[in-house]
Amino acid sequence: MSANPTPQAATASAADEAAVRKAISSTPRPPKPSALSNALCFGWRGMLKVKHVPEQLLDVTITPVMFVLMFTYLFGGAIAGSTGEYLDYILPGILVMSVLFTTVYSGVALNTDLTKGVVDRFRSLPIWRPASLVGSLLGDSVRYLVAGTVIIGLGVILGYRPGAGIVGVLAALGLVIVFAFGLSWVFTALGLLMRSPSAVMNAGFMGIFPLTFLSNVFVDPETLPTGLEAFVAVNPISILATASRGLMEGSSDAGDILVVLAVAAGLTAVFAPLTTRLYHRG
Amino acid sequence: MTSQSPLAIEATGLVKVFGETHAVDGVDLTVRRGSVYGVLGPNGAGKTTTIRILATLLRPDAGSARVLGHDVVKEPDAVRSAVSLTGQLASVDEDLTGRENLILIGRLLGLKRAAARARAAELLEAFGLAEAAVRLVKHYSGGMRRRLDLAASIVVTPELMFLDEPTTGLDPRSRNQVWGIIRVLVAEGTTILLCTQYLEEADQLADGIAVIDRGKVIAEGTPGQLKASVGSGSLHVRLLDPEQRPAAKLVLERELGGVTLEPDSAALSASCSEADRAAEAVAELARSGVRIADFSLGQASLDEVFLALTGHSAEEVQATPSDPTEEEQPA
Repeated sequence: MSANPTPQAATASAADEAAVRKAISSTPRPPKPSALSNALCFGWRGMLKVKHVPEQLLDVTITPVMFVLMFTYLFGGAIAGSTGEYLDYILPGILVMSVLFTTVYSGVALNTDLTKGVVDRFRSLPIWRPASLVGSLLGDSVRYLVAGTVIIGLGVILGYRPGAGIVGVLAALGLVIVFAFGLSWVFTALGLLMRSPSAVMNAGFMGIFPLTFLSNVFVDPETLPTGLEAFVAVNPISILATASRGLMEGSSDAGDILVVLAVAAGLTAVFAPLTTRLYHRG
Repeated sequence: MTSQSPLAIEATGLVKVFGETHAVDGVDLTVRRGSVYGVLGPNGAGKTTTIRILATLLRPDAGSARVLGHDVVKEPDAVRSAVSLTGQLASVDEDLTGRENLILIGRLLGLKRAAARARAAELLEAFGLAEAAVRLVKHYSGGMRRRLDLAASIVVTPELMFLDEPTTGLDPRSRNQVWGIIRVLVAEGTTILLCTQYLEEADQLADGIAVIDRGKVIAEGTPGQLKASVGSGSLHVRLLDPEQRPAAKLVLERELGGVTLEPDSAALSASCSEADRAAEAVAELARSGVRIADFSLGQASLDEVFLALTGHSAEEVQATPSDPTEEEQPA
């Protein structure tokens, strides 16, 4: 567009006005879409962001690779006698850890989103209220899937052979993602309560870091002091790791799986409405 | 969808308190359907908070408001189904392209995939954004962002639009483009509540204006009525030497009365309705040794209205720390 008031420019702006006039009067309000459709739109938004800035997948690709290599070769010999044996134990654990660490970023991303004007638009639309939150978390599930695929792929390259085959691996991945969905509501609530993205990050990791390490993700809890062992035994992250190992090895315990699903449902039941209220509070 | 009330907005006694600050302190507003109503005030006056209450983004601490016949607290969904909001920070997703933004809004409002795409294309074309359609919004200029923001607000035609400072931070050319779009919206019958700190903007676009200061409506009327309330006209004088302003003030007070000192330290104005008396006053200034750079006789501007109503200029208030909800436009 030229800044000079040439006759062409004048004609163009007149045409614009007619086009604007037509654009304004032409679209009546369609019937309200379903809650699921609303949420999927926001999932699509998440995917588009990944498409435009693929670098943001680094944290779910590079970091897990680092963890697998570090833990296997650094601690494998010392903890399990050989790197090969430790890999069988640690790989499902790393899967759990990497995906759960990623859930903190859901809160960070939400906190970042809040500083932008677009949230006002979303909040002023006649849509299902939790849609933008549920949709973002559905989008994040794709990130968890990427992290999980990277870890298992690398594990297989390093010699990991899951007893239950591909079906067991997919089941374990699914279970971890369901649990992560539940847990991420805790961090989105945190994301709405804290003042800055870095505060969310710090608080989030202050919680998830000890919870993950005080579980059976890395070591068999048998050698732990009694009190700690008792805590590790009831830590939902331990139960998730055990259930995932079981699914991947083909020796899954239905009880463990149920506990994991119940915890995920419980976290969602408490923190999803809380997050939604905080998001829409005025 | 359309209720019987001829009023688009009826607000009474709206109050919103943030901590110690009464951001909105008893605001009453009545806006007819099909009109453009301007809410005029400096930063921190409570404009954005008022708009956010009416758009159901904030709950008022006291008072009530009906928008298109629906209570903003009890029936927020009905309100949201009939209005759209263009925020102070352009309410578009800067991590997506312009086209994706419009498709997303269309899909959220229930347009089918193909219809949402067609609608996005139509709007991008109409708002002069067709070439930038596949660029990320973060690379848009301020004017393009505002146009996209307006386009996003009419993906589905709203009955009422809230425009919060639609031209803040824009260059004059972009501002004129945005004004052009708003005029078309108005001509098509959309009711608009326009918040602005630009007196010229309210004067250009609005049928009725509420002047708001420190959370209260301090005056209301048509632009003409507001101007009349401070006298039918005024004599503006700019001096060569700012040091002579006190002397000039004395002369003008004696000759005309109603002298206001303008933000420019060499300028002052006095209310005056007759050209003859203005000429005499200017002659008197010259006789008393005050040197005049220029003078003019004009109708009162809304700036002067604000000055007369609040006792301080809009600029003075802007210098004070702003209300936490009234974000600054990023540079």
